[in-house]
Amino acid sequence: MPTIVVEVMPKAELLDPAGKAVAAALHRLGHSAIGDVRIGKRFELHVSGEVDAELLASVQQLAADMLSNGVIEDVVSVHVSGTGDNGSGTGVRSNGVAGETR
Amino acid sequence: MRIGVVTFPGSLDDRDAMRAIRLAGGEPVALWHGTHDLDGVEAIVLPGGFSYGDYLRCGAIAARSPIMAEVIDAANNGVPVLGICNGFQILVEAQLLPGGLIRNDHGSFIRRNQRLRVESTDSVFTSGFEQGQEITIPLKNGEGGFIADDETLDRLEGEGLVAFRYLDVNPNGSLRDIAGLRNERGNVVGLMPHPEHAVEPGFGPDTSDAMRSGVDGLTFFTSVLQQSVLK
Repeated sequence: MPTIVVEVMPKAELLDPAGKAVAAALHRLGHSAIGDVRIGKRFELHVSGEVDAELLASVQQLAADMLSNGVIEDVVSVHVSGTGDNGSGTGVRSNGVAGETR
Repeated sequence: MRIGVVTFPGSLDDRDAMRAIRLAGGEPVALWHGTHDLDGVEAIVLPGGFSYGDYLRCGAIAARSPIMAEVIDAANNGVPVLGICNGFQILVEAQLLPGGLIRNDHGSFIRRNQRLRVESTDSVFTSGFEQGQEITIPLKNGEGGFIADDETLDRLEGEGLVAFRYLDVNPNGSLRDIAGLRNERGNVVGLMPHPEHAVEPGFGPDTSDAMRSGVDGLTFFTSVLQQSVLK
């Protein structure tokens, strides 16, 4: 069953108190190489049947309308990740991130 | 005046809002999120709480619940709508008010009796206040940081749409100390602090007169009740 993955991040210019708390804990634990941490959301939408351009477009729309709030968040990725997908995902990435992540 | 209070899954202060309406002299009407029925009410309160467990974003799922279609229509037709705390978040998610509300900048839930300045009396819920009046009502939230882009903030300030501003301390990192907004028409008001918890002597914030004697929140409800007299 193919999965459409939607990734949402808090806007870069906004304070992310949760990420800041994690960063502070990491620094306390001695992970000095790690700077800022930001925490976002990953939605996995399981779909029956094939993912065509129309479905992907509708998911992109609902990612903008409901899964994210454009005032405080950015949709950074909408892409397909099917079962056994090993890095050949297709779809759209914005913010200059290219290709699948795993 | 019959004033509806919408209960969503996870609403907490719906009964307090109904009590406030009763104490102000109105007739509270319980409304349910899963219906499309406003029961002919003349004003609507979206109460505080954690609708849908704050899943997705605070107020996001509630803003898309069945009754909100009717609430949005009613608001656009001039029916008074007050959003308190989670209700404010719902109004923002429903795009009846601009901006967004994010986690408090200090990362913690905060509860305090909060001093506010009334910045606009040009709304149906603030008409009973004096311009610039300082009031104290309880505040309790984890995600009350109001944000918007500079252009929106300038517009809100320029058009007098900031209804309340935090005094003494900014409890959550809200930009320009904004605690609450009204819409252009003045029939929709949203704020993070809780007027419904400061409506009865003995149960409100402390004042210089006596412990727990603060009833500054009552004016929100008497203001809207006055509207039906003016009609």
